[in-house]
Amino acid sequence: MSGLVLASAGNTLVWIVWVLTAFSCLASGVAVVTFSNPFYSALALIGNLASLAVMYLLLSAEFVAAAQVLVYAGAVVVMFLFVIAYVGPRHETPWSGGPSWQTIGAAAAAGALLAEIVIAVGMQANGSLSHETAVGSDFGTPAWIGRVFLVDHLLAFEITSVVLLVAAVGGVILGSHSRRTA
Amino acid sequence: MLGPNVAWYLTVAAFLFGIGALGVLIRRNTLVVLLSLELMLNGGNLALIALSRHWHNGAGQIFALTVMAIAASEVCVGLGLVVALNRRNLSLDVDTLSELRG
Repeated sequence: MSGLVLASAGNTLVWIVWVLTAFSCLASGVAVVTFSNPFYSALALIGNLASLAVMYLLLSAEFVAAAQVLVYAGAVVVMFLFVIAYVGPRHETPWSGGPSWQTIGAAAAAGALLAEIVIAVGMQANGSLSHETAVGSDFGTPAWIGRVFLVDHLLAFEITSVVLLVAAVGGVILGSHSRRTA
Repeated sequence: MLGPNVAWYLTVAAFLFGIGALGVLIRRNTLVVLLSLELMLNGGNLALIALSRHWHNGAGQIFALTVMAIAASEVCVGLGLVVALNRRNLSLDVDTLSELRG
């Protein structure tokens, strides 16, 4: 009986954490889109990525949560902040510039895309999303990820490394000082 | 699974994707468009990981890690382009960058 009470308390706790995380995730997402200063947008993206990492932990994907914090918040956002500081502040309010029909059309297109996703997922799921399978204790751990990645999905791993190499070379070429005269 | 089931996570993922799409469509600054693109990719990642947990299948997490690598590549090239544009004193407004010829 006490175990049942404990499980119920744990369930409530997870729900509270989830609601806080989902709220901060969506709020920081809105902040990324609406801040006029790109520097603040990049800082808001850190909050978004951190709350997503908490959500990954709730989904027992520990390795992906760690990779999220390291790769995104650690590398990608820092690179963004460097480049934003390099090009200087360029303020731009989200709802200005350009004709108003363009803004309205863009908002309508984004809303239509959202509605399409919700309807498509809802129809495809067809009630199969409510019951879930139990997972083992090793699900999402680095050892498990390593086994799945390097045994079952080795080709994806190798292709990813080639893509990263090509992108690094492309970044160096784009950023190099040699200015070709056309 | 304790807490909300996968449908709640998918709802958050869909809204995150929608917010990112809105940012890509309404913003004019190249850097903010790239940041909004990251939001869209993260919405996709959240859906992949939620469904990976739901079906107890590792492929979703592997796909999410691959998406992270692709996002890092995209940021590398995109920010390289921004730096190159800035060096040539071009505007970073996506409306004025409508043709690829420098």
